Amino acid sequence: MKFNLKNGINSLFVTLLAVALVSIFLSPFAFMVLTSLKTREQISVVGAPIWPAAQPKFELEGKEVDVFVVPISQCDGFDANSTDTRNLAIAKKGRQESTFIDPNDLGRGEFVCRVSWRALDRPWTLSPTWQNYVEVWNTIPNGYWRLLGNTLFYAISTMIGTVISCILVGYGFARFRFPGRDFLFLILISTLFLPGAVTLIPTYSFWQRLGLVGTWWPLVVPHFFANAYNVFLFRQYFMTLPRELDESAMIDGAGPLRILWSILIPQSYPVIIAVVVFHIVFAWNDYFGPLIYLSTSRENWPISVALSSFNGIYGQQPQLIQAGAFLAIILPMILFFVAQRFFIQGIVVTGVDK
Amino acid sequence: MLEELNKTREKFSFAAFRNMKSIAKREMRSGLGFTSLWIIGFLAFTLIPMIATLFFSFIDLSITDGIFSTPKFVGFDNYAQLWKDPQAGVNPQFWFGSETPSSLIITIRFALIALPVGIFAPLLLALLMNNKHLKGQFIFRTLFYLPFIVPFIASVFLWGGMLNTETGWINRFLEFAGVPNENLPGWANDVNWVYPTYVIMGIWGIGNAMLIMLAGLQGVPTELYDAAKVDGANTWSTFWNITFPMISPVIFYNLVLNIVGLFQYFLVPLVVNNGTGRPGGATLFYNLYLYKTFFTFQNMSYGSTLAWFLFIVILIVTIALFGTAKYWVYYAGEVRS
Repeated sequence: MKFNLKNGINSLFVTLLAVALVSIFLSPFAFMVLTSLKTREQISVVGAPIWPAAQPKFELEGKEVDVFVVPISQCDGFDANSTDTRNLAIAKKGRQESTFIDPNDLGRGEFVCRVSWRALDRPWTLSPTWQNYVEVWNTIPNGYWRLLGNTLFYAISTMIGTVISCILVGYGFARFRFPGRDFLFLILISTLFLPGAVTLIPTYSFWQRLGLVGTWWPLVVPHFFANAYNVFLFRQYFMTLPRELDESAMIDGAGPLRILWSILIPQSYPVIIAVVVFHIVFAWNDYFGPLIYLSTSRENWPISVALSSFNGIYGQQPQLIQAGAFLAIILPMILFFVAQRFFIQGIVVTGVDK
Repeated sequence: MLEELNKTREKFSFAAFRNMKSIAKREMRSGLGFTSLWIIGFLAFTLIPMIATLFFSFIDLSITDGIFSTPKFVGFDNYAQLWKDPQAGVNPQFWFGSETPSSLIITIRFALIALPVGIFAPLLLALLMNNKHLKGQFIFRTLFYLPFIVPFIASVFLWGGMLNTETGWINRFLEFAGVPNENLPGWANDVNWVYPTYVIMGIWGIGNAMLIMLAGLQGVPTELYDAAKVDGANTWSTFWNITFPMISPVIFYNLVLNIVGLFQYFLVPLVVNNGTGRPGGATLFYNLYLYKTFFTFQNMSYGSTLAWFLFIVILIVTIALFGTAKYWVYYAGEVRS
C-alpha cells in the first residue's frame, strides 16, 4: 500500500487517543507502586511530590541539620542578580539572616544569606523505601506464605473439580441424545441469571448445621458439580469437533469415557487451558465465599480476606495498604502475562456464541 | 397439536424405552450418566435451596433455631412485613419523599447510572480497539483487559487510594487543574459522589466485556461493510444498520448480565463503606440489606422473604428483556417476517 498522509494522521490520532486512555486506565497501578514506596512522613506532608521522596539532612559536626532551597542571590559571595537556587544546609538559624553551608562545595565554608529560613522550602530527593513491604510482610495475618498456601489450595482443588465435572457434563450434553436434554440445557443456561441470594440462606444454614462453617468444605464441594458457564464452553467446543473420529473409535470398541479421554480431550487443550486460567483468577479473587464461610477461622483465610482486614488496621496509612495490595496482585499479574494468549483466546471462544 | 402430544407421550413411556433400539438406550444411559453430575449439583445447591428459601419465608425462623427445628407457620406475615418495611421499599409509598431512600430505590437509582456506563464504555472501547487506524491493537487490548484480573479487594484499595480526598491523585489533579478546595469531590464519603465513585471502580473491570464485544465486532463479515461503501452509506448509518444489528446478541447478553448483576449489587458498598449505608444511608443497597438481615440480625425468615422478592423481580425483568429481544436482537441466519 502506498503511503497515505491522511491515513498516517488518522493512525497517529487514534493511537494517541488509545495511549492517553490506557495511561489513565492504568494509573492506579502507578499510584499503588509509588505510594507503597513512600515513607509515612512523606504521606503526611501536604504538597509532597507524588514519587517516593525524602527531605535530605546534612551531617554537620555530628549533628543532623535541615537542607533548604535557597535563592543564592541573597547570599554573601554570590552574584546578586542570579536567579539560581541551591540546596544548602543550615548551620545557624537566625530571624533575618542565617548561616549556610553548601554540601556540594564544602571548601567554601560557612556563609550568610539574608533570608528568613522559615519561608524556605525543603528540597525533595528520590528515595524509595522498602520498609512498608517489610512491615506488611511481618504483620499480615498468618504470614504471607500461609495465605498463599491457603489461596493456592482453594484455587487448585476447585480448579480440578471444575475442569473434570464440566468436561463430563459438557460431553454429556454435546454428544448424546436423551429425552429432556434440551430442557435440561435450558435450565442449565438459566442458572447463569439466577441471583445467588435466593439459595444463600438455606445453603449456609445447611453447612452450619453440619458444623462445616469455618472449613473449606462449603467452598470446595460445589465446584465438583459443574457450573453453567464452563459446561456451556465445553459443550460448544465439543460440538465443533468432527464426530467421525468418535464413530470410528466406537466401531473399534471404545466406550464413551475412552472416546472422551483419547479423542476429544487431546483436541480441546485451548479451551481446557482457558477454563483453568479463568478459574484460578476467579478463585484467587473470590472474596464473598471465603468471607462468609471462613471469617471466623483465621488460620484458613485466603489472601483476599486477610487483605480486607488491613482496611481496619491500616485505614490511615495508605503506604501500607498499597504495599498489601501489591502483594495480592503480583501473582495473578504474573499468571496473566505468562498465559495472556489463553485469556484472550478464551474470551473469544466464550463470547462468540452468546 | 394433539398428535404431537401423543408422540411426546409415547416417546417418554416405559414401553417406548423397552422398544428403543439398544443404541438409543445406550446413548440415553451415557447422556444421563454424564450430565447427572450437574443434575445432582443443581438439585443440591440450586433447586432444593430455592424451595427451602421459599419455605423459610412462610415460617418464623432465626439462625439459632437451625433448619431442622419444627417450623412455626406464619402464613404471609413475612410478606406483610416486607410491604410495611420502609427500609426495603417494596411499597410505592416509600419510593419518594422519604428522608433516607429505601434500599430498592437506592438499587434502581444506582443501576440507572451504572447500566449505561456498563454497556457503552466497553462498546466504545471495543470500537476504538477495532478501528483500522489503531496501531498495536494487541498491546492495547491486553492492557485494557489487565485490571479485570486484579483481586476485588485490591482494586478497592487502589481506587480507595486514588480517590482519597487528601492524598489521592484524582483530587490532587483537580486541585492542580484549578478546582477550588471547597469544590473538590468527597468521593466515597459524599452523598453526591458515592455513586460515581462506585461507577469508576466498576469501569476498571470492563476489560472482559470489551473483549467479548470486540470478538463480536471482528465477526461482522467485511462484505457487509464493502456493500455499504458501494451504496455510499456514511459512518453513522453503517454503524446503525450493519454493526449494531450484527453485534446485538453480544450487547443483549451483556445487558442481561449487567441488569441481573446490578440488582444484586452489594459487595462494593460492603467493603468501601463497611456496609453501614454511609454516607447518609445512600449505600444501603437492597442486597446489602438482605445480607445484613441474615448475617448481622440473624433473621432467616425475613432474609428469605427479601431473597424471594428479589428473585421474582429479577425473573420478571429478565423475561421482559427476553421479550424485547425479538424487536432488536438479530441472530444471523434467522428469517424475518
